[in-house]
Amino acid sequence: MFADFDFEVIVRSLPYLFYDGMTFTLMLTALATCGGIFFGTLLAMMRLSGFAPLSLPAASYVNLMRSVPLVLVIFWFYFLVPFIGQWVTGASQPIQVGAFVSSLVTFTLFEAAYFAEIMRAGIQSIPRGQVGAAQALGMTYLQTMGYIVLPQAFRNMLPVLLTQTIVLFQDTSLVYVLSITDFLGAASKIAQRDGRLVEMYLFAALVYFVISFVASLLVRRLQRRVAIIR
Amino acid sequence: MNYHWNWGIFFQTSPDGVHTYLETLLLGTGWTLATALSAWCLALGMGSLVGVIRTTPHLWLVRLGNAYVEVFRNIPLLVQMFLWYFVLPELLPVWAGDWLKQLPDASFYTAVVSLGFYTSARVAEQVRAGILSLARGQGWAALALGLTRTQAYIYVLLPMAYRIILPPLTSEFLNIIKNSAVALTIGLMELTARARAMQEFSFQVFEAFTAATVIYIIINIIVTFGMRWVERRSAVPGFIGAAPAAAATH
Amino acid sequence: MITLSKVSKWYPNFQVLKNCSTHIEKGEVVVVCGPSGSGKSTLIKCVNGLEPFQEGSITVAGISVNDPKTDLPKLRARIGMVFQHFELFPHLTVMRNLELAQIKVLGRKQGEAAAKGMRLLDRVGLSAHARKYPGELSGGQQQRVAIARALAMDPIAMLFDEPTSALDPEMINEVLDVMVALAKEGMTMMVVTHEMGFARRVAHRVVFMDRGEIVEDAPTAEFFGKPRSERAQLFLSKILQH
Repeated sequence: MFADFDFEVIVRSLPYLFYDGMTFTLMLTALATCGGIFFGTLLAMMRLSGFAPLSLPAASYVNLMRSVPLVLVIFWFYFLVPFIGQWVTGASQPIQVGAFVSSLVTFTLFEAAYFAEIMRAGIQSIPRGQVGAAQALGMTYLQTMGYIVLPQAFRNMLPVLLTQTIVLFQDTSLVYVLSITDFLGAASKIAQRDGRLVEMYLFAALVYFVISFVASLLVRRLQRRVAIIR
Repeated sequence: MNYHWNWGIFFQTSPDGVHTYLETLLLGTGWTLATALSAWCLALGMGSLVGVIRTTPHLWLVRLGNAYVEVFRNIPLLVQMFLWYFVLPELLPVWAGDWLKQLPDASFYTAVVSLGFYTSARVAEQVRAGILSLARGQGWAALALGLTRTQAYIYVLLPMAYRIILPPLTSEFLNIIKNSAVALTIGLMELTARARAMQEFSFQVFEAFTAATVIYIIINIIVTFGMRWVERRSAVPGFIGAAPAAAATH
Repeated sequence: MITLSKVSKWYPNFQVLKNCSTHIEKGEVVVVCGPSGSGKSTLIKCVNGLEPFQEGSITVAGISVNDPKTDLPKLRARIGMVFQHFELFPHLTVMRNLELAQIKVLGRKQGEAAAKGMRLLDRVGLSAHARKYPGELSGGQQQRVAIARALAMDPIAMLFDEPTSALDPEMINEVLDVMVALAKEGMTMMVVTHEMGFARRVAHRVVFMDRGEIVEDAPTAEFFGKPRSERAQLFLSKILQH
């Protein structure tokens, strides 16, 4: 069954797959995670602020992003970001942004909605007494959040945040719809150029599996350590 | 801004000569729903089975179930779809592979199978968590009456477990609807694919994608309200259901 | 009727049952008591095979519980069990709770099962609640339904695992009254409990367990009057304070 297959093609393409493809994937994952957690935390704070002009737009944004497929959002931002760039910089034409920037904006803003829900749960899990104690000491809202609530919320939700990062890592494969060269895109290009779909896609699946599986095992180990400390 | 809005585009005829753009979008919606519902049946069936066997005392069954879940959760959906669509026909005997490739609506069947197995792993997690969240005594009480293990699952454990996991199951159902869009990469003309096609032919980018967005939101609202109705109807009087510890959120 | 012979059980880290042996005759009521952690709940769950054990043997009406060839569901259908947390099935009405095992395990027809269920509900004083769900009943009511559910299977013996420990004090008596009536009718009963008043009223023997071992096994009067072991004396002195 495997006689016709040429697994050498994988070895030959390793540099391209990993230097070009995987670096894109990992960079996108890392940056979108940081941006996503940052904006997600902001959104969570807006939702929990109890102040309608902040909480309603935040809630609407989160619900909107969670109702719509990521593929559609990728298309949206691919066309929207140049126009936003034009509006922001006051240029006469839509700004040409690279594939990376467009993807980064897309994934950061999309995942922010999911990180927002995680952080919201994290913030709400901090007992009211903590806030009361901080306020009794004279801390302002921002000091309370910054020194007392958010640090604890982060620590509690770290395993869930990391799991969502693994999901993000897998989601980046969808940039395929824009023919962008991430890891899957690179594998796909080789597959089509050399006619070696079976080998390349099996290899891609294997690599994604190994990375995701190992990462999830590490998260589980982290979870057990955290539980013991508590 | 250089963009020219034209909301009338929906009523113009699309390149296929027969339908308006609006009609093509609705056709796409039909494919989205058909794919999602078919895949959901597969996901519920396989997911329940795998979730249940992971709670039995047979260690090898548990390991098998765990392996199943790990495989389908650690490979991106898009890659899984490519494996089913491009790789499987090549690995089968020639006559089977050719038959698969000639199948009309091959992308639909592939999408259903791929989406179904992908989601079944997540459903398995929910079902397992739901069963484990039940008090151990429920299983004991069922066995003490002389019910076999299978009967205990069917009449006692699963009815309560499903009620407990209705909220996360609803999320998974909504996910399956959204994930159906990934199948545009293998040629399924579902809603997002139609919006993309509309954008490519008419250049009315934002009208096309806005329409698709609105349709997804409407589907979302209908499903959410529908599931709330189901939750109310199936609620057990006097029982405060404990939601199991969070399985995957996204 | 029920014979336990040198039963020992280990969890990976420690031994929870050490060489336990005792015998319950037909019609006897035996109370098993002891401090928490003594293994009494585990022991009673071994009798109908809910907990496996590594050494020793248990036979009920001549059938060995840990023989791999034994049809456990069939054996369990003949032994009734009542749990500390009642364990009624919350998604089924009281009536359905009573009927389910009769129909699915004993193969009785719906009408027959329903009639039997109603008779038993009457006996425990709860026939008005047949159509209600367990969540709508009080703890004492739920436990009485649980007893009826076990009796619906026409068992040859009844096992009780701390049946009143999860009840508010004012409800304990309504459950104990049902158990006393059952004992007086000649049911073979093994009862794990702290209710010494119940033991004195109807128990023929008392078995005292401590740290996995059966320390004392004596007729009721003797156990309360002249406990032989020091541990039993200590336990009694603590528990009889109130």
